[in-house]
Amino acid sequence: MRQISIEKIVEAVRQISMSAAYDLGKDVVGAIEKAKNVEESPVARGILDQVLENSKIARNESVPMCQDTGFAVLFVELGQDLQIVGGDLNAALNEGVRQGYKDGYLRKSIVGDPLERKNTGDNTPAVVHINIVPGDKMKIIIAPKGGGSENMSEVKMMKPSDGIQGVRDFVIDRVRRSGGNPCPPIIVGVGVGGTFEKCALLAKTALLREVGSRNPNKLYADLELELLDKINKLGIGPQGLGGTTTALDVHIETFPCHIASLPVAVNTQCHAARHKEIVL
Amino acid sequence: MSNKKSITTPLTDDVVMNLRIGDEVLITGTVYSARDAAHKRLVELIDKGEKLPFDPKGQIIYFVGPSPSKPGKVIGSAGPTTSYRMNAYTPRMIEVGLKGMIGKGEMGAEVMAKMKEKKAVYFAAVGGAAALIAKSIVGNELVAYEDLGAEAVRKLTVKDFPAIVAMDCFGGNIYKEGTAKYEKK
Repeated sequence: MRQISIEKIVEAVRQISMSAAYDLGKDVVGAIEKAKNVEESPVARGILDQVLENSKIARNESVPMCQDTGFAVLFVELGQDLQIVGGDLNAALNEGVRQGYKDGYLRKSIVGDPLERKNTGDNTPAVVHINIVPGDKMKIIIAPKGGGSENMSEVKMMKPSDGIQGVRDFVIDRVRRSGGNPCPPIIVGVGVGGTFEKCALLAKTALLREVGSRNPNKLYADLELELLDKINKLGIGPQGLGGTTTALDVHIETFPCHIASLPVAVNTQCHAARHKEIVL
Repeated sequence: MSNKKSITTPLTDDVVMNLRIGDEVLITGTVYSARDAAHKRLVELIDKGEKLPFDPKGQIIYFVGPSPSKPGKVIGSAGPTTSYRMNAYTPRMIEVGLKGMIGKGEMGAEVMAKMKEKKAVYFAAVGGAAALIAKSIVGNELVAYEDLGAEAVRKLTVKDFPAIVAMDCFGGNIYKEGTAKYEKK
């Protein structure tokens, strides 16, 4: 059986914690450039220019593109034929976050208790999702999530009779109510189906998709494009100051659901749409 | 709007009354950093009639919690945080002399009412442009609440800090007017 040491896992998480904060994906940069060319508001075009310039500075100087370097959300795909040796996987993932946030000069944004609100000082714990998959490799994805956009997210347990129109209305209304708060232009992650918690997770994983990619099911691919068009007609614009670039993309992920249910979740992502992955 | 207005702190009524939504400004002087946790403490001091750790008269508060400074750098990345979370506190700060706020996203009606009454202004900085904005911060000094980490109150010296007037002292609100202008029914 293939083995992997805890030290390798710690180092991998340390590295991707830092690179995620500094290096905005080419898909996001490309989408912002494209949006700038069609944006109608001159103020908005100026803002998109600042965002693009900012991403260059962050990459070239190895500094965080946003001071909110987020909650460290980790998705681990663990091959069932891989043996972890030398310690506790969960502790290793958290140690990687601890080291990455310290060595990378990233902000520590986590309070240990939601009501007592004392900062843990090292940005741990991470939120960890582990899936066991076939094979003998381990894939780790980090998707650090800022608080401003996460606060503009929501799950709604709708009725089956609400149907596709209910989904449309909820997503659009959620974006409208968010206004400039989540740092538009945003990426809208939508989960449809599953249970209450599964639906929220679908919306989160939708944010990991490449900007510009479409759901393989035509029904949802068409709905993604329709929602994107409608959202960009809301007028909210970059930073909410007015304009035609409110979202860069809408990604929908689905899962079977109960005969009684139609759960829908929106996970809102700011333009600092950070995620990095590594395969060990 | 292509001509940027240069303004210096502390702000006076005259300066504030000369600003309208959509104006692009470059701010030079001093701004104080404070977020949720620091505001809670500041307002508790006001409630108790105690002195604040800095004199708010004519000053600007920047809603920011910067990332740590790398060695040799004045500050880490330092973009604005979402402002509505300060709605409960900002009117109290304006009452004791605060003249300006810098943040992102719309502030509430209670803030606007106090801004009109006392002549204060709300500026939007570009959220997520934190590495770029940091280049306009040339001084950084701890003032209070070091235990809050990134949320401590700092005196930041800024030079040509880029911002846009988002809500003015005449009731102008770019979030409402800008959205209405570009909305397509």
